[in-house]
Amino acid sequence: MTNSELNRLKDKAFQVFGIFCTFIGLVVLAIFLIDIVVEGAKRLDWDFLTSLPSRRASKAGIMTAWVGTLWILVLTTLIALPLGVAAGVYLEEYGKKGRWANFLEINIANLAGVPSIIYGLLGLEIFVRQMRLGSSLLAGALTLSLLILPIIIVTTREAIKAVPRSIRDGSYALGASKWQTVWNQVLPASFGSILTGIILALSRAVGETAPLIVIGALAYVPFTPSSPLDEFTVLPIQIFNWTSRPQEAFLTNAAAAIIVLLLLTFLLNGIAVYLRNRQQRKVKW
Amino acid sequence: MSKKHNKLEAKNLNAYYGDFHALKNINIAMDEKNVTAFIGPSGCGKSTFLRTLNRMNDYIEGFRVEGDILLDGRDIYAKDVRVDELRKEVGMVFQKPNPFPKSIFENVVYGLKIQGIKKKSILEEAAEQSLRQAALWEEVKDKLDKSALALSGGQQQRLCIARALAISPSVLLMDEPASALDPISTAKIEELIYELKNDYTIVIVTHNMQQAGRVSDYTAFFYMGELVEYNKTKSMFTSPKNERTQNYITGRFG
Repeated sequence: MTNSELNRLKDKAFQVFGIFCTFIGLVVLAIFLIDIVVEGAKRLDWDFLTSLPSRRASKAGIMTAWVGTLWILVLTTLIALPLGVAAGVYLEEYGKKGRWANFLEINIANLAGVPSIIYGLLGLEIFVRQMRLGSSLLAGALTLSLLILPIIIVTTREAIKAVPRSIRDGSYALGASKWQTVWNQVLPASFGSILTGIILALSRAVGETAPLIVIGALAYVPFTPSSPLDEFTVLPIQIFNWTSRPQEAFLTNAAAAIIVLLLLTFLLNGIAVYLRNRQQRKVKW
Repeated sequence: MSKKHNKLEAKNLNAYYGDFHALKNINIAMDEKNVTAFIGPSGCGKSTFLRTLNRMNDYIEGFRVEGDILLDGRDIYAKDVRVDELRKEVGMVFQKPNPFPKSIFENVVYGLKIQGIKKKSILEEAAEQSLRQAALWEEVKDKLDKSALALSGGQQQRLCIARALAISPSVLLMDEPASALDPISTAKIEELIYELKNDYTIVIVTHNMQQAGRVSDYTAFFYMGELVEYNKTKSMFTSPKNERTQNYITGRFG
């Protein structure tokens, strides 16, 4: 066999190996999805979405859970978005580069890697106990905001770093202040990417269970929350609760709730992908 | 030719990037409503000097200046000078056209809007006037609300000139404004410079000797951070006093 034949063979071999690796992930996901849909689809109907929780599996629904999830989603966005974007803008545009900036940067990156249950413990101490918010939606949203803040800060920085120097120069040269430049040029130009990052961070927050259990979110809440200070439950906690029951019927309920949760996260991710594509089409420097 | 007054003047100007001594004891006085060209090889300090004239280097870490730069006799690096006020007086056009990713109209009126001017009639009038001055009005008058990024490179550069003129500066700094453009667009920019010097003091950095010869009244030759020679363009190109100037403009180095 000549050398070039051997090379071609190796090339082919790697291609096959690559396809195999790619498909492992896809196959696992497919098996998982099919299993869930087969199990849960039959339980999924309007009643299931609009019923309150119950001790009897056939009567139990996920109304309180998905309403709680939406509340958490909205509150977390309201808290984390301004904080994260402002911090990102400060670090990138205002903060002096130096040892202090490096220190901050490393710590924010570290924060992004802290296990979520630790955030739960922090939230329990600060929001639930010190601030006396109790196991409320607000305490939950604040805790999840802490969890996703580092992600938002990092994405914001990356996004505004991608805005070319020449745009800022153009703005400064016309007499704009730093703030005017950030507000009128840098943020609008990078907003699509920032939004994409925020949505991905939120889709992570929606799936979080551990920190919310730690701060005391309940599985059984017999009413839908009507203010940020109400107790609450969310979809993942409901699912977790149902899967830990012995009765078969609750497992079916859990599968149906998982379908709803997955649809929600797929929807969020879909929006993020859409925004990213639109941004890439729109911006040509 | 009537006597013109000194618009811009540098006195014993030194500039540093950290330890690097970028400008060495520059002394120069530029007349109003003239075109002054800065020439010299890459890294000679001409762009650095241009950018000190509207303090665009302020944001660069480690950059500092010593000495004075006087605009109409006033030191622009004095403590009581506000940079945004200075830049309304001293406009700038960059090497690569850098329109904002907004509509043509929004680009032109940006400088006015950030000054707090909101009245539509004022903005529209200013936009038309600046676009006419930049010889762009006829080409864009029917698509002012279209994205500036859809214009050609030459049109974009004239838009950037219009944008700079809209805030009525008295000085216009141009950093190789035609180096990214094709010959036809370049010719248009040069014609424009010739028109504009009736109303503005223009300082232009260029790598193109012919361009310096065509558009400028005075030329300054920079080399290794020093101002080697400064004279009327005609005299400089016909009988340079310094040997280095002669070598550079005849293309023996650079």
